[in-house]
Amino acid sequence: MSDRDGAVPAADLDPAVVARIRELRTLYPLARSAVLPALWAVQDRIGYLPAWSEEVVGRELGLLPADVAAVASFYSMYFGRPVGRHVIQVCQNVSCALRGADDLLDHLRGWLGVDGEGESPDGAFSLEGTVECLGACGGGPMMQVDRYSYESLTPERAEAILTEIRETNPEGPVGG
Amino acid sequence: MAEELVLTRHQGKPGLTTIEGYRKVGGYAALRRAIEMGAEAVIAEVKASGLRGRGGAAFPTGTKWGFLPQGVFPRYLAVNADESEPGCFKDRVLIEEYPHQLLEGVLIAAYALQASHAFIYIRGEYRLQREILEAATREVYAAGMAGRKILGTDWDCELIVHGGAGAYICGEETALLDSLEGRRGQPRLKPPFPAIKGLYGQPTVVNNVETLSNLPYIVTEGGAAYAALGTEGSPGTRLFCVSGHVERPGTFEVPMGRTSFRDLLGLAGGVWRGRQFKAMQPGGGSMQVLGPQHLDVPLDFKAVADAGSALGAGALVVMDETTCLVDVATRLVDFYRHESCGKCVPCREGTYFESELMHRLEEGRASREELATLADICAGMDGRCFCPLGDTATWFVMSAYRMFTQEFEDHCGAGHCPVRSRVGAAA
Repeated sequence: MSDRDGAVPAADLDPAVVARIRELRTLYPLARSAVLPALWAVQDRIGYLPAWSEEVVGRELGLLPADVAAVASFYSMYFGRPVGRHVIQVCQNVSCALRGADDLLDHLRGWLGVDGEGESPDGAFSLEGTVECLGACGGGPMMQVDRYSYESLTPERAEAILTEIRETNPEGPVGG
Repeated sequence: MAEELVLTRHQGKPGLTTIEGYRKVGGYAALRRAIEMGAEAVIAEVKASGLRGRGGAAFPTGTKWGFLPQGVFPRYLAVNADESEPGCFKDRVLIEEYPHQLLEGVLIAAYALQASHAFIYIRGEYRLQREILEAATREVYAAGMAGRKILGTDWDCELIVHGGAGAYICGEETALLDSLEGRRGQPRLKPPFPAIKGLYGQPTVVNNVETLSNLPYIVTEGGAAYAALGTEGSPGTRLFCVSGHVERPGTFEVPMGRTSFRDLLGLAGGVWRGRQFKAMQPGGGSMQVLGPQHLDVPLDFKAVADAGSALGAGALVVMDETTCLVDVATRLVDFYRHESCGKCVPCREGTYFESELMHRLEEGRASREELATLADICAGMDGRCFCPLGDTATWFVMSAYRMFTQEFEDHCGAGHCPVRSRVGAAA
């Protein structure tokens, strides 16, 4: 088994996650359709997709690990390595850019201590580099932190929001 | 008299995200009514409504349904909730505020099509919205309106909310189906169209969230009543998104055909900060730019096409006098470069070269000859790919070049962005 990141072996995977993948498999006319939700089940539990997750998902759904890897690598929201406890996405598409998204992003990079993209030194946040329209154009500029959108931001308001998130949700994503 | 609304007619009523609250405004009566009418009669009402798809292509919904081959089962309904078009946020509103109206529409369509499964494919970034739909779906199952023997009939239909994982291309209907099959989301060659061979090779209808959210009204009030809200060529109402340089960005439901871009701009409070209007994208990032001379064009499919653009996904992005069109075009080209799935060479390579050239132009480092190269690159992409991504990656930039030729030329060899320098100097 490949173990590119020295992560926990599959045997230690939370049995609830395996049970969830088996449940997902029965929802669809073809088991293969459960690949994306199964990968989500792993990532929601562990925070990213270790190399062994391809074997686990493949085994449960009757696919080769390489098949699962080919799917996982296509989608930008699956992480192949550990990330910060909260993922920040600052929309940079036109509607937000027209209302100051570039300044907001530059400011947050400096405040977080992140060069371009990646984790903040304290590990609390991961700032995504390339972020496309997040469907909140009515509230630009905006950022999404974990599953929540924060709209009509100024750099100061964004800082205050992130400070509160870091303090009130030290363990992981806001809202579970 | 206030305009009659369809999608947002229950706005402000309490508890609409719960089945109980939705029932208090008459929710799910349309599903029962549809079952009493029978599938054929429902399809006839949808055809009579003239409803056209709200995802971007504006294909008549009833006609699309009519393409399903007789007697071939199982059939599937795939609901496109992969809203990712730059400037578009209406499906998000419909899901957050009226999830049961959507689910009722989904069930009406699934019943009319006799689908065994309805899949709601929602973009990965809409995690909260996925959870709203999952909660609403559990309520629908508990009420006996999904699963086996729905409402005491012999009709079985499973309702499944399926989350994507970050890929604009999965909003293209065949890429959506590939993704739903557990593959990389890459478009398929058409024909065969999904109605003939779609999900798992079976007849499949793919409809947008807003399209389906209209169905409870159409079943209750009748197709003719819906059509009468708009005009002959553009029936019904539409939930338009207005964003960018306006005072009050947001979504506004207005009758089609009888409302103009200027009216819509007015609903959003006009151009912000007392500035002058410069340009707009009438249908999201994919559609051609329009200028001040087009503000009185009605929100009508044909009128907008005659003006050289399209209503697309119903997203109006407004740009004021300080906007650099080369900068906006560069940002959009970067978006398509990032989102190209890589299957077709003209799109994969074209967006790369287009983006490199646009960055040089925006920074004032491109030569005039390169503007001809830009046109060449775009000509090599438009119409040469499996899906419209490769086409639309050229539409905004080329239309902006045609309408704002001087602005593009002023960038050549300037060593900086002349618009930003001018705006900066004036400020």
